[in-house]
Amino acid sequence: MSAIIQATNNTKAQLQHHALHEPTWVKTSLIVIAVGFLVLFLCLPLGLVLFQAFSKGWGAYWLALTQPDTQAAIRLTLLTALVTVPLNTVFGVSAAWAITRFEFKGKSFLTTLIDLPFSVSPVISGVIFVLLFGAEGVFGEWLAEHDVKIIFAVPGIILATSFVTFPFVARQLIPLMQEMGNEEEEAALSLGASGWKTFCQITLPNIKWALLYGVLLCNARAMGEFGAVSVVSGHIRGMTNTLPLHVEVSYNDYDVVGAFAGASILAGLAIVTLILKSVLEWKQGDR
Amino acid sequence: MSQSNIMPGFRPTLGFTILYLSLVVLIPLSTLVFNSFQLTWDDYVAIISHKRVLASFRVSFTTALIAAAVASFFGVIVAWVLVRYSFVGKRFFHALIDLPFALPTAVAGIVLATIFQPSGFLGKLLIDNFGVQVAFKPLGIVVALIFISIPFVVRTIEPVLLEFDTSMEEAAASMGASRLQIFAKIIFPNIFPALLTGFALSFARGVGEYGSVIFIAGNIPYVSEIVPLLIVTKLEQYDMEGATAIALSMLVISFLLLFVINLLQLWVRKRSGQF
Amino acid sequence: MSILLSDISKNFGNFSALDHVNLEIPEGELVALLGPSGCGKTTLLRIIAGLERADEGKVLLNGQDMTDEDVRNRGIGFVFQHYALFRHMTVFDNVAFGLRVKPHKDRPSEAIIRKNVHDLLNLVQLDWLHDRFPDQLSGGQRQRIALARALAVEPSVLLLDEPFGALDASVRKDLRLWLRHLHQDLNVTTIFVTHDQEEAMEVANQIVVFNKGRIEQKGTPSEIYDHPSNDFVSHFIGQTNVFHLEKGDSDWLKSAGIVLDEPRGITAHVRPHNIAVEKQTDKPMSPIFLKDWQHLGATIRLELSREGENGSAKTVFAEMPNEQFRQLELAKGDKVSLFIKHAHWFN
Repeated sequence: MSAIIQATNNTKAQLQHHALHEPTWVKTSLIVIAVGFLVLFLCLPLGLVLFQAFSKGWGAYWLALTQPDTQAAIRLTLLTALVTVPLNTVFGVSAAWAITRFEFKGKSFLTTLIDLPFSVSPVISGVIFVLLFGAEGVFGEWLAEHDVKIIFAVPGIILATSFVTFPFVARQLIPLMQEMGNEEEEAALSLGASGWKTFCQITLPNIKWALLYGVLLCNARAMGEFGAVSVVSGHIRGMTNTLPLHVEVSYNDYDVVGAFAGASILAGLAIVTLILKSVLEWKQGDR
Repeated sequence: MSQSNIMPGFRPTLGFTILYLSLVVLIPLSTLVFNSFQLTWDDYVAIISHKRVLASFRVSFTTALIAAAVASFFGVIVAWVLVRYSFVGKRFFHALIDLPFALPTAVAGIVLATIFQPSGFLGKLLIDNFGVQVAFKPLGIVVALIFISIPFVVRTIEPVLLEFDTSMEEAAASMGASRLQIFAKIIFPNIFPALLTGFALSFARGVGEYGSVIFIAGNIPYVSEIVPLLIVTKLEQYDMEGATAIALSMLVISFLLLFVINLLQLWVRKRSGQF
Repeated sequence: MSILLSDISKNFGNFSALDHVNLEIPEGELVALLGPSGCGKTTLLRIIAGLERADEGKVLLNGQDMTDEDVRNRGIGFVFQHYALFRHMTVFDNVAFGLRVKPHKDRPSEAIIRKNVHDLLNLVQLDWLHDRFPDQLSGGQRQRIALARALAVEPSVLLLDEPFGALDASVRKDLRLWLRHLHQDLNVTTIFVTHDQEEAMEVANQIVVFNKGRIEQKGTPSEIYDHPSNDFVSHFIGQTNVFHLEKGDSDWLKSAGIVLDEPRGITAHVRPHNIAVEKQTDKPMSPIFLKDWQHLGATIRLELSREGENGSAKTVFAEMPNEQFRQLELAKGDKVSLFIKHAHWFN
C-alpha cells in the first residue's frame, strides 16, 4: 500500500508544522484507511463483475449475451430509456424555466414536489402503479374491459421508470439557472429576439453541460432501475424483463455466467457514466 | 399569476410542469393515500403491529442506522483524504465514489452476495478466520447499505471541506492550539452539520433500499427481512391491504426524514455562510 | 519583542517571493510592510508568524532563533485579511479560544478567562456584542473582534495582514487612527501589511517598502516621502512626474529651472506640489498650456500639456492650494510657464 502514497510537499517543512498539518504517520494511516475502504467496497465489487462474467471464458460470455432472452432484455431496457429520458428532459427544462424565470405562489412547494420521487423507496414507486392499474387497482376493471395491459407489461415499466428518474434533469438545472439570473435573456429579448430564439441561443449554451449531466444521471438510473420495475414487471422472460431483472432471474436460477454477463453490461454502463460524469464536472468547472 | 417580467413562456412551461408532475408523480402517489382510506384505523393497526411487520421495521431501521454510522465514519476520512492530501490514484478514487449511484442496484446486490456468501472470496475468509458470516444475515444487509451510503456521505462533506476557510485553522494555531484541538474545536464543528445531513440521507436511502439488499440478506422472516421486501411479498400474495398499509407507513417515514434533511441542509448552508 | 530577519528567501516553484531579505524591527515599533500585490510582503509576515517556512534564512524573536519553532509556540497574534473568525462560535468564545486551548497547567480559570475576555471586548468597544455570531457583525466589528482575539493570548508581536483591505472607505479611515492609538496604549510591536501607501503613511511609525521580493527602502513616513532612495519608491509613494533626460526632456527641464550643469541621474521625479505655475502672457511661444484641472479638496490639480519628443503631447501634473489657484485666474487653454522647485534624480 505504501507504494501509492506520496508526500505532497517538502516533508521537512511538513514535519515542523505541527499545528497546521498532521504528522506524516497520521496522514499515511488516513490514506491507507480511506483507500482500503474504497478498494474493499467499490473496486472489489466492480472487479468481481468482470471476473465472474468471464469465469467460463469468452465463449460462455458471448453465448449468454446472445441468448434471445438477454437480447430481449437489452432491447426493453433501451426502449425504456428511450422513452423516459427525453420525456423527463423536456419536463426538467420546462420546470426549470418556469421556476427560475418567474415568481409565483407555491414555487418552493412545487420545487419540493419535484424532488419527491427521490425520497420514495423504489418498491413503493412500483406499488403505487400496481394500486392504480393492477387487476385490483383503481382502473383495473376498466383496463381489463378494454383489454389494455399496463401492469406486467411495458407501459407499467415505463411509468415506474419515469417516476423514479423524474427529478434528475430538473434538479441539475434549477440551481444553475437560479444562479445565472435572467439578465442575459432579458438582454436578448430587448434586442428583439423571440422567446424561442432566446432560449436556444442564450439559455441553452449556458446550461448545456448541466443539462447533459442531468440526462446522463437520468439515463443511468433509467437503465439500471430495479426495485420499482421489479414490482410492476411480472418478470415474464423475453417480454417484460429489463436487463437488471434479467440479471436477477438468471442469478436466482444459478446461471452465474448469464447473470454476470448481463451485470457486466450494466457495470460497463456505470463506468461510462462515471467517466462522462467526471468529464462533465470538469467542463462545468471550466465554464 | 403575478408576472411582471418580459420573459416568455410562463403558461406553457408551468402548465406542462404541473400536468406531467401530476400524471407521473402526484396522482400515483395519492392513490396510495386514498387506497389506505379503505382501511379502518383498527385494520391499519392490526397490519402494522403484526409481529413479522414489526420485525421487518426493526431490521430495516437498525441495519440502516448502523450502515449510515459506519459510512459516515469512513466517509469523513475518505472526504478528508480526497480534499486535503494528494496521492497516486486520487482522481480515480474520486470518480469511483459515485459508483453506487451509477451501478444498478441489482448488480451491486448479486456482486456483494457473491463476495460475501460463505463460499465467496471474502465470505470464506471471514468465516474461516473469524467465524463471522456476513451473507444471509442482518450483517449482510449492513454491508449492502454501507455500499449504497458511501456517495451520500462523501458528496455532502466534500464541498464543505473544499470551501472550508483554512485561515480559521491558521488563526487557531497562532493562538496556540494543537492540531488535535484545531480538528476538534474548529474543523469538526464546521463539518458536523454536513456530516449529519449525509448520515440522514444515507439512513433515508437505506430504509427504502431494495435491489442491493435482497440478494445478500437471505430474507428470513423475523431475522433478515426488510420492509420493502415484505411489501413486495404482500403484493405477490395479492394482499393489497397489507401492502398499502405498510407502504403508507414507509412513505410517511420517508417524508418525515425528508423534512428533517431539509432542515439540516438549511443549517449547513447557514453554517457555511451561503445566505 | 524585537524581530530580526536575516537573509530570508522563499520560492514558490520558479517564482521568487522573497530574495535574501534582511530586516530588523526594534521593540514597540508600529511598522508597515508596503508594496504592490505579489511583492512578497504577506509571505514575509506569514514567515514571521510561522505560518510559512522560509527556504533560507533565520527568524529571531527577541534574540532567540525561532526559525524552526511552530506557529503555536511563537507568541504572536495574527489578524487575518478576512479575519478568520470562527463562525460556529460566539464573539466571546472566539476571543476566549486562545486562553481555553492552553495546556491544563497554564490555563487560567474560567472566571479569569471571562474577566480577560470582557476586558478585551471593552478595549475594542464591542462588549455589547459578546453573544453574537460572526455572521451577525459588520465588517468593522469583525475586524475589531479579530484584533481582540489576537490580543487575548498577550502576544509579544502583533501581525496584521491587510487589516483594512476588506472594509468600506469610511470605516477604514476611523479604524486606521484607532489602530494607531491602540498601539500607543499597548505598545506591542506591531507589523501590518498593506498595498495602500496612504494607509502606511497614516498609521505606521516605520515603513518598509517592498518590491519583487526585496526591500527597496526602510524609514519613517517622512524619510520615505521626502528622500525616496530609488525611482520605485518615489513612484510608489505619492504622485510624481517622471522626466527622462535621454528622451529630449533636458532642454525643457533647463527652462523649468532645474540646472543641468551636473546631471545627477538620467530621470528626474518631480512631485506635483513641487511645480510652481505662472500665467504666461509675454512669451507667446511657450509650449505649455492648461488642459484641464480637478478639485481634490484642499488642493487643485492642474493637468498641463507640453510638447514632448517629436511633437507629441505630454501631460505634467501640478498641485497647488485652492486659494493660489484662484489668484492665478487661469482658464482652460491658457499658456503657462513652470518652475520646478525640487526634483529627485535617479539613474
